[in-house]
Amino acid sequence: MSTHEHVTCTFCGCLCDDISVEVEDGHIAAVKRVCANGRGVFAEHCSDARRPTVEGREVDLEEAIAEAARILDQADSPLIYGLSSSATEGQRKAVELADVLGAVVDTTSSVCHGPTGLALQEIGEPSCTLGEVRNRADLILFWGCNPSASHVRHFGRYSVTAKGTLTPRGRQDRTVYVVDVRPTGTSKTADHFLQLRVGSDYEVLSTLRLLVRGESVPAEEVGGVSVAELSELAERMKSCRFGVAFMGMGLTMSAGRNVNVAELFSLVAELNDHTRFSVIPMRGHGNVAGSDQVLTWLSGYPFAVSYARGYPQFGPGEFTAVDMLARGEADAALILASDPVAHFPRAAAERLAAIPTIVLDPCENLTAGVARVVFPTATYGVDAVGTAYRMDNVAIRLRAVVPTERPTDEQVLEGIIQALPERAAQLEAVT
Amino acid sequence: MRGILGGRVYDPANGIDGEVRDIWMRDGRIVPADEIDPEGAETFDATGLVVMPGGVDIHSHIVGAKVNVGRKLRPEDHRGSERKRKGGYWSGSGYTVPTTHLTGYLYAEMGYTTVMEAATAPLVARHTHEEFADLPVVDKGAFITMGNNHFLMRAIKEGRREEARDYVAWLLRATKGYAIKIVNPGGVENWKWGGNVEELDDEVIGFEVTPRQILETLGWINDELGLPHVPHIHGINLGRGRSGRTTVESIRALNGRRAHLCHLQFLSYKAGAGAMHLSDAVSVAEAVNTAPNLTVDVGQLVFGPATTMTSDGPLQHNLHNTMGGRWVNDDVESETGGGIVPVSYEPTNPINSVMWLTGLELFLLIDDPWRVYLTTDHPNAGVFVHYPQVIKLLMDSAYRAETFEGIHRRARKGALLPELKREYSLYDIAIVTRAGPARSLGLSRKGHLGPGADADVTVYEEKEDKEEMFARPRYVFKDGGLVVRDGELVAAPQGRTLHVAPSFDSAIEERIREHFREAYTVSFENYSVSEEELGRNETVPCDA
Amino acid sequence: MSVEFQLITGRTREQAIGLHKGKSSQPYRDATHVVEMSGQDMSQIGIDEGARVRLRTPAGSGEFVVREADLPTGLLFVPMGAAANDLIGADTAGTGMPSFKGQPVEVEPA
Repeated sequence: MSTHEHVTCTFCGCLCDDISVEVEDGHIAAVKRVCANGRGVFAEHCSDARRPTVEGREVDLEEAIAEAARILDQADSPLIYGLSSSATEGQRKAVELADVLGAVVDTTSSVCHGPTGLALQEIGEPSCTLGEVRNRADLILFWGCNPSASHVRHFGRYSVTAKGTLTPRGRQDRTVYVVDVRPTGTSKTADHFLQLRVGSDYEVLSTLRLLVRGESVPAEEVGGVSVAELSELAERMKSCRFGVAFMGMGLTMSAGRNVNVAELFSLVAELNDHTRFSVIPMRGHGNVAGSDQVLTWLSGYPFAVSYARGYPQFGPGEFTAVDMLARGEADAALILASDPVAHFPRAAAERLAAIPTIVLDPCENLTAGVARVVFPTATYGVDAVGTAYRMDNVAIRLRAVVPTERPTDEQVLEGIIQALPERAAQLEAVT
Repeated sequence: MRGILGGRVYDPANGIDGEVRDIWMRDGRIVPADEIDPEGAETFDATGLVVMPGGVDIHSHIVGAKVNVGRKLRPEDHRGSERKRKGGYWSGSGYTVPTTHLTGYLYAEMGYTTVMEAATAPLVARHTHEEFADLPVVDKGAFITMGNNHFLMRAIKEGRREEARDYVAWLLRATKGYAIKIVNPGGVENWKWGGNVEELDDEVIGFEVTPRQILETLGWINDELGLPHVPHIHGINLGRGRSGRTTVESIRALNGRRAHLCHLQFLSYKAGAGAMHLSDAVSVAEAVNTAPNLTVDVGQLVFGPATTMTSDGPLQHNLHNTMGGRWVNDDVESETGGGIVPVSYEPTNPINSVMWLTGLELFLLIDDPWRVYLTTDHPNAGVFVHYPQVIKLLMDSAYRAETFEGIHRRARKGALLPELKREYSLYDIAIVTRAGPARSLGLSRKGHLGPGADADVTVYEEKEDKEEMFARPRYVFKDGGLVVRDGELVAAPQGRTLHVAPSFDSAIEERIREHFREAYTVSFENYSVSEEELGRNETVPCDA
Repeated sequence: MSVEFQLITGRTREQAIGLHKGKSSQPYRDATHVVEMSGQDMSQIGIDEGARVRLRTPAGSGEFVVREADLPTGLLFVPMGAAANDLIGADTAGTGMPSFKGQPVEVEPA
């Protein structure tokens, strides 16, 4: 039996890297310090030898790769989607495949923090790493997110109760505000909970901006929150030492989407005229931040990229997966490290069953259930090494704690690239 | 064996000034005369052409966390600056913040073969190396920002400079970095409290050390460790009217210790009437001329779009407030910070005009071309693809005068630049774009064409218009293989990551682990970049 | 009789834990075929804890088990997943993001 320390859990954007994993006979026997959400990454890991399938029939890797290459090569409008639970190594290959094919590549950002990326393009983003929060933040604001359900160790490692160099007493050294449409496990930890009406985030944020500027607001309540409470919040934010706002799907998924986020980003930027204030998006998937990074350094854009013209083009609404699938514009799909059949609206999810779909994923998922070709791949951070990016964009090297019997995403995607007919001719030019 | 025959060679490190000579290459190196064997060799006729070592860019922001946010911030930068996939070459996009493959291709097509990434925060060094893996052709290295580092500042405060030295050695190994980078020492830490520093003896909040002490200590450490480069310094007060004065004071504070002052143009102003800055190039150049321990790069302004991106958090916030546009900030725990603000430099803007002439004045007033290098602090003062335009400004005083006439009249009034008629020769250009930076970097096989040098060679057609000449080389060789012909890519091999591995007393590790427990949110055990994570790489020796 | 509400979807711990067991597994199905509703709304409709209701939106419909929760009246919460997505339309207002939060929905006892 061997114990691996400082293992990183890849379930959510926290990327907790203090996990301890006991391995016996090549199987994970025990996991320490992981939260209930992340436990399954290790306890329920899928690393057994399993062959790829084509239409449900087990085949060897070469045959599956050849079939996947054939499907993609013949498609007029292939879509590559997902990427978020893969590592840099797999993500990079997915983008290369899109470039070679002239395909669209989109990531789970488009249904998560894509709107946040749009807000960043419009406003910028005053931000910091999680250690700055732990060490300095005396005011923390959670807006439209619920870490008690989605990022279970966030409070203890980085935010509410974490003890840092300037916050030795942890919780007592901080004031916590939560803004949401309903009480949650997160709001229960707050000093102040502002419950606002569904769809009114923009108005409330706008009001806060006015109050921070010292302007008067001709109303008693906005979005179900009293202006008196909002004034108090504005004053607290201006007078704190180092404030941090965490934001989530409550802003990106509600009416207004990126406009809501842009309003929060503007508020945070303006607070820096009074004190120091930052915003950190609560990235959901373990390596969705990595999807943004890799796709950006390779194409220039963080999601919704089309290579159809031979060079990268950015088109949220045009090249985002939900839109392309719902409008019937994709005629083949390769789904990497994500489960759109589970997480997309029905009209888009159904399309994946109607077109030839290829899936790369370690574990059973609903998309594999409708796919023509399925590659059970290794899990980065369990049986393969790779790099993942935390929600604050710190890159962490993932360890392999059990031996692998599977190819990695990188290997499968490289195999598909090499199997494309035009690839052989292209290689001559470069080497 | 490959030969470049009959060209006019400019190899200042070996004193060769336009002599007609053959250059022979084998196994990636320049071949010594007694080993030349032309039998069966591939040859390139360079008759009438100019031959130089491949370009060496000592300071450019091309990869890593900050650059990538810059890309993400600016989709508008990429549109209209795309490159299609062609054969095995990647597509790409971007003008001030190009994607990684496009960056490598553009540098190679311009005849540059070595580029140093100017600022990497240690906590995100891994990201820099991941982007390096996707940066083709050029050899590269990363400067590691240390001027606001908590471990260091505490060690300085407590008088434990040997520990500071061991920490720096450990840090360079952990980040697989090339050199010590210092950005606004103390000022970036103070920005985390909403402040900055203005004088060398201002105090850093919470640490009770001063910028002067940080500079002195890191200067001492650099010598102790025998690092190939010298401390690479972005000084205090960048962009401010007092910058010229504090730059001169900083030069004195270094007290003969070797150092490199980067993008000096941004730090060479004096206050004028109202909000106007004036060039203080005269004082700064004089201080540089009388400090033989120093090298500098200019960070020349090029009119047109740019993206300011530095580790200088408070500077970037000020710029945001001045310009009113988009702003990114990123404070990095325990280490540094930074920010991004898109800009566009116009000759109709008086301050931009002063910035433009300040850089040129520095080039023309600093006497020794071996100590002043051509950069645009890409993408802060200008995009690197415009280096040929800067070369033309240096070589052609008529072009310089003509451009001067087009800048804002308030900047022209009383300016010194028109009186500076000096013109750089090809030999001088070979120094400021190749031999000089390579020497300052301590890269003994770069920037020259002597035996044993890396066979990175650029061949130009001599043209009247020097911008045209340097924009489109006839041939570029990397490690002895042809990569560019007539300004177009013909191969894109992977270059090397250059890094250092100075020795240190391993007793420091226990103190560093303690520091991690206290100050970081990643484990000590997960912090360091391992060699397996680098592709082709080379450890450049230290001389301790 | 059906009453109109606003629907939001989101993460729950049970959904996250169930996901690891597999999305066809019973724990996951149990975790995702749930609708949280305020006690006041439950009284108004005339249903109890554990009752089955049909939720209907222009995009589709599905059956869910009711659980009482501390929610403002008029607001329903369903955990993210395939069951919720039967109710969510594909219109992304040009952003790529569907209306996962803030979808008008009708409720009737099943």
